[in-house]
Amino acid sequence: MFKKITYTFIVSFLALNSFAQNNSGEIHGDFDLNMQSYQEDKLIGAKAADEIILNNAYLNINYTKGDFTAGLRYESYLNALMDFDDSYKGNGIPFRYAAYSIDGLEVTVGNYYEQVGSGLIFRSYENKGLGADNAMDGIRLKYSPLKGIYLKSFIGKSRTYFTYADGIIRGADAEVNLNEALNLESKTKIIIGQGFVSRFQADINPKFKLPQNVAAYSTRLNIINGGWNYSGEYAIKLNDPVGSLTTEVNNYANGNALMSNLTYSKRGFGIVVEMHRVDHMEFRSERAQEKQYIINYIPTLTKQHTYTLLALYPSATQTEGEFGTQIDVFYKIKKGSLLGGKYGTKIIFNYSRINALNGGSSFLNDNRKHNPMFISTKGEELYYKDINLEIYKKINKKIRVTGVIAKQSYNKDVLEGKTPGTYGIVESTIAIADISYKIKKGHTVRIELQELLADGGEGSWSMGLAEYTISPHWFFAVQDMYNWGNHDVSKQLHYLNVNCGFLKGANRIAIGYGKKRAGIFCVGGVCKEVPSSNGFSLTISSSF
Amino acid sequence: MKKLFLSLLATILFSTLSIAQNRALPSVDVITVTEERFNITDLENNGKPIVISFWATWCKPCKEELNTIAEVYEDWQDETGVKLVAISIDDSKTKAKVVPYVNASEWDYEVYIDKNGDLKRAMGISTVPHTFLLNSKKEIVWQHKGYVDGDEDELFEQIKKLAR
Repeated sequence: MFKKITYTFIVSFLALNSFAQNNSGEIHGDFDLNMQSYQEDKLIGAKAADEIILNNAYLNINYTKGDFTAGLRYESYLNALMDFDDSYKGNGIPFRYAAYSIDGLEVTVGNYYEQVGSGLIFRSYENKGLGADNAMDGIRLKYSPLKGIYLKSFIGKSRTYFTYADGIIRGADAEVNLNEALNLESKTKIIIGQGFVSRFQADINPKFKLPQNVAAYSTRLNIINGGWNYSGEYAIKLNDPVGSLTTEVNNYANGNALMSNLTYSKRGFGIVVEMHRVDHMEFRSERAQEKQYIINYIPTLTKQHTYTLLALYPSATQTEGEFGTQIDVFYKIKKGSLLGGKYGTKIIFNYSRINALNGGSSFLNDNRKHNPMFISTKGEELYYKDINLEIYKKINKKIRVTGVIAKQSYNKDVLEGKTPGTYGIVESTIAIADISYKIKKGHTVRIELQELLADGGEGSWSMGLAEYTISPHWFFAVQDMYNWGNHDVSKQLHYLNVNCGFLKGANRIAIGYGKKRAGIFCVGGVCKEVPSSNGFSLTISSSF
Repeated sequence: MKKLFLSLLATILFSTLSIAQNRALPSVDVITVTEERFNITDLENNGKPIVISFWATWCKPCKEELNTIAEVYEDWQDETGVKLVAISIDDSKTKAKVVPYVNASEWDYEVYIDKNGDLKRAMGISTVPHTFLLNSKKEIVWQHKGYVDGDEDELFEQIKKLAR
């Protein structure tokens, strides 16, 4: 079925393309290859691969001609890198689509990615680096009958590795930009939206009568006035028991989530205040508890750190239940002032705190019923806390400095799914200095020094990085992480990595060698556990 | 499978002609800083060059690139009439921070948000930063992956070639 459809798609590409001689369409795409060798290192727990080398590769092709587009993605896992689930196996074209738009109507058939509101009830997306891809396969319609009114509906099945989950997902969404729709000449802009998503899966549970159709809906509001912007969304998911055979496990309670943020900014200054409350809100493409079936997105309400040691203990949303707040302040001290100097100084402050819901998340079955208080922070179990300050300063034409200090509290038991009371909370203090020095035109050296002090977890770490870049083609970097504070002396190890790369226009080739530590790896706001590894890597990325 | 490959190859061969031509922007909607929808093909700069730079609030080299250009942007505009369009790929996790960050950084760019990666995929971008240069007909004539110190000089050379 899969292959047949793909074949037809390709043939129609071909036909369209050769038929359109002079006014032909365009074909573009991109290619990515990630190859890694694995040597055993018992000390860091890195395993050798039987294949010696593992390889992931992707090729995207998009064809466009006027209002028509079609495309596909070829994926190759021979065999999949160790960080990836081994259900990614072999070659295939798991993604192909065709779409056209005319007079405000857009029709997509085949695979597509879609999001309802901010994603609380539905988001299908891909992140190749993390092996995440829950593309839909089905039909999607988008229609804008009048300016400011946007409707969409979709139906399909959700991808899980090389196959599709059992459930059928149906969704609809309406968004109205009141100012555009009603032609209002108001300074205040208001946008409202309403989304609905439902999953059908047959009930074959012999013991319990489970809902075959499970619905989720969300309402959102966005008000903008001058430098102010308020945005909020509230979502409810109706009862969705997993389908276990024991009474204790099935939870018939509804789930809900609220996210709300207010921002204000003007030239040189910005502030963001956010909160969210999540209660039993994991929505999956089928009645199962595994992570690969998740089809909604509840963003983590903490800063997305990029410095290694700031991201050593990262937070992740507890979709079963949490309450969180976050504040960001961006400020630029003016040029020419005492603290601003010749170029101005940038300051970024961030605070976030996440805790458990009162008495745990909502629960309902014949034996137990619980509804947590709406807001409760005092005395609740702390999941994560982060307070950090970043200062960026250009000293002169040659030197730029970034400094960061942070204090983090990380509930290792909850965030890593360990038995409560095993590790407790890891308290850490982190300091970072990042200095770059321009040697001559195009040549720059950058040094990063990072220090993390902690008693719990694996104890204290140091990290150093030296990078030499020659614009526009070359980079060389050497990095060492040293776990000098580990309570187990045999684990006070160095994780040394060397990398170099060549860039030219649309191509980038990089090779690396070294040890990677096991841990949670975060890219673009999503985190997952990766095993330790030790070996060579080759990455090629290219666009055409 | 074999058949499939052959046709794939054939498709690529047949289309070399169109690859060799300059490339147009795909017709994809993004949102403006005030949440209005905007089709990227509607970008306009009166026949002067346009730079499109994909970035995110969590991407250090992206911010480095845009902060560096911000210092010389006025000079670039005076000399060539170029317009820089910064497209953020921040998703709902960090989207609220985009406008406050842009304003606090005193960027004078046109800013859009590609919140579920639709434009990113349509333009074949796998990592950020990724910078494109468009000529007077809004065709992509040059692109560059990544940013290291000094890359802005090469970009400006390319812009000057177009402005001539």
